Amino acid sequence: MEIHENQLLRFTTAGSVDDGKSTLIGRLLFDSKAIFEDQLQAVETTSKRKGHEGVDLALFTDGLRDEREQGITIDVAYRYFTTPKRKFIIADTPGHIQYTRNMVTGASTANAALILIDARHGVIEQTKRHAFIASLLQIPHVVVCINKMDLVDFSEKVYHDIINQFEEFSSKLYVKDIRFLPISALLGDNVVNRSTNMDWYQGAPLLYTLENLHISSDINKIDARFPVQTVLRPQSQDFLDYRGYAGKVASGIFRPNDEIAVLPSGFTSKIKSIDTFDGEVKEAFAPMSVTLTLEDDIDVSRGDMIVKVNNQPKAEQEFSAMICWLNNEPAKPRAKYTILHTSNEQTAMIKSVLYKIDINTYGRDEENKDLNMNDIARVTIRTTRRLMIDEYRDNRTTGSFVLIDPLTNETVAAGMIM
Amino acid sequence: MSKYYLNYLDELESEAIYILREVWAQFENPVILFSGGKDSILVTHLAKKAFYPSKIPFPLLHVDTGHNFPETIQFRDHLVKKLEVQLLVGSVQKSIDQGRVAEEKGKNATRNALQITTLLDAIEENKIDCAIGGGRRDEEKARAKERFFSHRDDFGQWDPKNQRPELWNILNGKHFEGEHFRAFPISNWTEMDVWNYIKRENIEIPSLYFAHDREVVWRNDSWIPVSEYLKLEEGEAVVTKKIRFRTLGDITITGGIESDADTLEKIALEVASMKQTERGNRTDDKRSETAMEDRKRQGYF
Repeated sequence: MEIHENQLLRFTTAGSVDDGKSTLIGRLLFDSKAIFEDQLQAVETTSKRKGHEGVDLALFTDGLRDEREQGITIDVAYRYFTTPKRKFIIADTPGHIQYTRNMVTGASTANAALILIDARHGVIEQTKRHAFIASLLQIPHVVVCINKMDLVDFSEKVYHDIINQFEEFSSKLYVKDIRFLPISALLGDNVVNRSTNMDWYQGAPLLYTLENLHISSDINKIDARFPVQTVLRPQSQDFLDYRGYAGKVASGIFRPNDEIAVLPSGFTSKIKSIDTFDGEVKEAFAPMSVTLTLEDDIDVSRGDMIVKVNNQPKAEQEFSAMICWLNNEPAKPRAKYTILHTSNEQTAMIKSVLYKIDINTYGRDEENKDLNMNDIARVTIRTTRRLMIDEYRDNRTTGSFVLIDPLTNETVAAGMIM
Repeated sequence: MSKYYLNYLDELESEAIYILREVWAQFENPVILFSGGKDSILVTHLAKKAFYPSKIPFPLLHVDTGHNFPETIQFRDHLVKKLEVQLLVGSVQKSIDQGRVAEEKGKNATRNALQITTLLDAIEENKIDCAIGGGRRDEEKARAKERFFSHRDDFGQWDPKNQRPELWNILNGKHFEGEHFRAFPISNWTEMDVWNYIKRENIEIPSLYFAHDREVVWRNDSWIPVSEYLKLEEGEAVVTKKIRFRTLGDITITGGIESDADTLEKIALEVASMKQTERGNRTDDKRSETAMEDRKRQGYF
């Protein structure tokens, strides 16, 4: 079956209680037949109990007990559906300001972001927030859904006015690909099926758009980076001297005979083979998990990075980054944190906070530099040893890191190297 | 020209292998929670791939309710021998005998919830700091919020409102003495993905998944297999049906579906046309809307 060559697309949705995000996801799941009868039955029962007319599509995305009681999404929830063209993973996150951390989490692995705008209200603070996060986390594709078109008489003018409003501020952002769609999630217009109420819209419906986003070119194929996760030494009869370096290709393409350097030591060698359980492969690219063997017996361990000799990342002990603070406990100036960067782990501190960003106005605050939960700030990080880094804009894997508070072991910050 | 992207099954496989290698790198004493069901068989298969040419570097832990399908135990022992891995068994019967837990009473009594104590005891006894499970986010709404690396406090409990954020593919497995983690390498797989992959890789699974004739009783909207633990109620009749199981658990609560699917191809086709979720045949999940979440908070799989 051809279906097995299908790609996986991860997208994030952000929205508040009222802009119809849950209804939209419910609609996508429902119309693409990802809903089972027993789930439908459960939702019908609940809809009736709550006194809703018909099936409340929003209930399909309902997660934990607290949410059901409060009627809001409190965390990132993952949903799955498949069409004959693609498998989709939705990271569904709440859109309130206090949940910036969840939006950042959902955005970190996404190929695309769906931003919802209520056609009656146009661009609001929250829209700017979502667009900013999509830009900050470098989500390659942004699809802006102007929803509830049924409540503005499917007006073409309303649609274009909102696009203008959006473009006015989004010019300050860095997003590769932005598209706009007029939809009604409630009625299904332009979600899976083309709308019959908006003849003036010539573009494709949402699902078709998601099925056809060109994502294979979003991967960095230039800068070969291979963070070593673990060393495999079977020491069995058949593999007596085998020494393989297991990891997932972060970017670029590796081939046998490539001249490589192991960082930070700088020792060079050649790739002898690229091994998998299913046999040797001739090429390895992101996001393949493979095992490299080298021609020379050099010291390689977890935390090292294998790169090509002629294309190396920067090795820095101090660098600039944007961080999002994720923890209830505010950042402690000059305190020690554990930094996780690829498979490497070091001690780090936030040497200085340059400014905080107001994600509603994109303004800089250089006065108040306290970092509280959900704050986004430009900082300087200093580590005990050099890290092999790339800019986040070029490489989402070697350009990202998290900070951990060693007193609680909690992940307290997410960082993007500038 | 070569293509430089993976198809979805290869991407899911690569993600799972990455997570399994992170577990090995970050923990002292991990185990794979092995139930004999297809998801834990899949995780074991992925572990074989992740560490090849080395053997799987961690043991399998089976929480044995005592109410097993004999086929499951045979399959477990066969696989352990083939892969040359160590097997640890936590026995619910032993927990009952020791007075750690009490058997449920009544018609719908199961040993499902009792497994929690046995599992947590086994984790403590064997000083396990990470238990790798075959949980998937599409299975159940409480599982939709699980992390790849999911923290458990020193009582083995899950706090869904206070989970560590998980960004990019950076996994934080840091923990204090007495705490442990659950790791879910196949979080992003759906039931359909699992079957498509099992078919593609031709992974060996217990015969129970294939259509076969069996003595069953119609109860709670599914065919419950006749076993020495099943007490017939008034009005219930034993019949022989051609059935297969979509999930495998305790023999007392796992209902079969009528089916002619006796090959992996037929199963994948059947699953693709299913109208009910796979856990729809599990009476343990039917108890309340939040049955799974409540068990998970206490330390369930």
